[in-house]
Amino acid sequence: MPTLIRRQDDDQFILGDDPFTAVADDEGLPPGDVIISFARFQAEGDRLLAEGRAVGVRLEPAEEVEALAYDLPRIAVVALAFPKYRDGRAYTAARLLRQRFAYAGEVRAVGEVLREQAGFMVRCGFDAFAPADGASPQDWAHAVHRHRHVYQRAADLRTPAYVEREGG
Amino acid sequence: MYQYDAVDQEFVADRAREFREQVARRLSGELSEDQFKTLRLMNGLYLQLHAYMLRIAIPYGSLNARQMRRLAHIGRTYDRGYGHFTTRQNLQFHWIKLRDAPDILDQLAEVDMHAIQTSGNCIRNVTSDPYAGATAEELDDPRVWSEAIRQWSSLHPEFSFLPRKFKIAITAAPNDRTAAKVHDIGLMIRRGRDGQLGFEVIVGGGLGRTPYVGPTIAEFLPANRLFSYLEAILRVYNRHGRRDNIYKARIKILVAALGAEEFARQVAEEWAKIGPEGDLPDTELARIRGAFATTVFEALPATSEVFETAKAADPALARFARNNLRPHKKPGYTIVEVSLKTIGDTPGDATSDQMDVIADLAERYGQDDIRVTHEQNLVLPHVRLDDVPEVFAQLQATGLASANVNLISDIIACPGLDYCALANARAIPVAQQIAQTFADPDRAEAIGELKIKISGCINACGHHHVGHIGILGVDKKGEEFYQLTLGGSGAEDAAVGKMLGPALPYDKVAAAIDTLVEVYLRERHEGERFLDTYRRTGVEPFKEAVYADAH
Repeated sequence: MPTLIRRQDDDQFILGDDPFTAVADDEGLPPGDVIISFARFQAEGDRLLAEGRAVGVRLEPAEEVEALAYDLPRIAVVALAFPKYRDGRAYTAARLLRQRFAYAGEVRAVGEVLREQAGFMVRCGFDAFAPADGASPQDWAHAVHRHRHVYQRAADLRTPAYVEREGG
Repeated sequence: MYQYDAVDQEFVADRAREFREQVARRLSGELSEDQFKTLRLMNGLYLQLHAYMLRIAIPYGSLNARQMRRLAHIGRTYDRGYGHFTTRQNLQFHWIKLRDAPDILDQLAEVDMHAIQTSGNCIRNVTSDPYAGATAEELDDPRVWSEAIRQWSSLHPEFSFLPRKFKIAITAAPNDRTAAKVHDIGLMIRRGRDGQLGFEVIVGGGLGRTPYVGPTIAEFLPANRLFSYLEAILRVYNRHGRRDNIYKARIKILVAALGAEEFARQVAEEWAKIGPEGDLPDTELARIRGAFATTVFEALPATSEVFETAKAADPALARFARNNLRPHKKPGYTIVEVSLKTIGDTPGDATSDQMDVIADLAERYGQDDIRVTHEQNLVLPHVRLDDVPEVFAQLQATGLASANVNLISDIIACPGLDYCALANARAIPVAQQIAQTFADPDRAEAIGELKIKISGCINACGHHHVGHIGILGVDKKGEEFYQLTLGGSGAEDAAVGKMLGPALPYDKVAAAIDTLVEVYLRERHEGERFLDTYRRTGVEPFKEAVYADAH
């Protein structure tokens, strides 16, 4: 079974199994849990869910998370695509999923996913990563934990500097 | 000067350590230059024509003597003994070796400085009024807001991979010394009818290939709602800004495409959803305000006998006083502009020795406070009038006493083809020629305020669009040509200059400027600046004279 880097609740990172098969629009559906495009989900999602499968949806950067809002409780994974590492739209998508829609399922980063983005991704609410640079969970943890302080409130639970200061 | 606390110090130290690891991975070959590029660009390290260039952030152009000395030391140790102050109030070193870059960042971190977000498609160094805290014009101290934005934008998890770079300027004075209207966001501090502080928010100004004076999308944003509103603007931009074409990716293109009204509506809609949760608590703003070193002013008479006597005895000091001093909010004090436009030198450059002198002067006579202006000069914001003769003498001794601030030889120029891989033409030698043409200080004073801005290519780092006279270098079949524009302004009366006519060859530019000035002197009415005369007469008399000469 393919593996993913997963963030655990204690902010540690492990290699976890990935039970999902990512299926392109022109491919036939294998049995089991699948991640499909938003368009395919609209056409076939009801049927797949009725079959008892877990279903994930892959959103491209131009596809807005708002369109998924109604379906979120039934979606096991939202895979947000980084066609290029420079394309930062998925950070907004992840934050909105977590903070505006209180989405509790998995938010997965797919595409050109590099360890240098790890800190930003975790802060925006991603919790599963398919790195393109061969990074290990240790690399991921190192990158995420490198900064002792953060200045902003985001989708993670880190205490921003302005709250930290009140405590000190 | 904002005093870092342990949080701020550890933040920049962590960042420096991260970069050291990344450089090690590059030097060992684990990372290719292509992979490394994105990492170095997040730390202000560019690869230019001859060497690496490191751009160091000087947040809102404010630094103290210790920091200035450290910059001098870095220039001496790792560069060629000088540095270049930029139009965004930063400092660039142009001859850096990659293996030294981590040590330099460590040295900066020791004095509470960094190079974070001085490049890349993120929120860049916030620029502000170099006279902040010293001018009587301001409604509030814009540095407090600038520092709060610096912190909020540092490694912002959502906004570090924007469609394109993002620049914010803040001013609290009606005389805009920040070019706020040609920034991605310009914030102008306003006071509401009930006395409350707020911001006029201007979005989508910019220079480059497509210059715009930005429209106002909020006339009065209550000050304590600033951060949620910034988040809303950045989110709309991050989601909808173009990413298919680097030249159409700035927020100005999105604002222009949607129209200011529709853009404002989208921001307002997003802002309502974010709510006050996105704001910085008042307690933190108060803490930042309190973390600025207090300046203590003596009760002094408005005029200084020492200064008046010295001025009467020394015409050079009198000229310096006329052109480089600005009114201070406290009687007996003045704001001293130190020109980095010594005739014949590179605009914005200062040697390490000169930086040390400025640091000494700031410490001894200037409340340990130094500013960088977006026009590439330095400022000692709090000098007693009594001390001006001594400050002037020491500036003279180090070659920094040019009495030409705001005059025709106070030219902004980008590094141009002498350093930059993007440039089509040289900018620095053109600036030097023009400055030499107007080297006679009496003539320069008679001409009065005239802002010349030179860019070596269409990316407009030299702000030519907003020069009273703008000069743009273009490449015509391998030869350097220069397009002149007239009537631009980056100040509160912001405007984009209009093209004068066909581009001129390199060796005709200074003469053409001379002709433009002669037309102005002939046409001007009492009290008019070059810009005012141009606005009244239009381009015709100028055009006629320049191209008559060309035939």
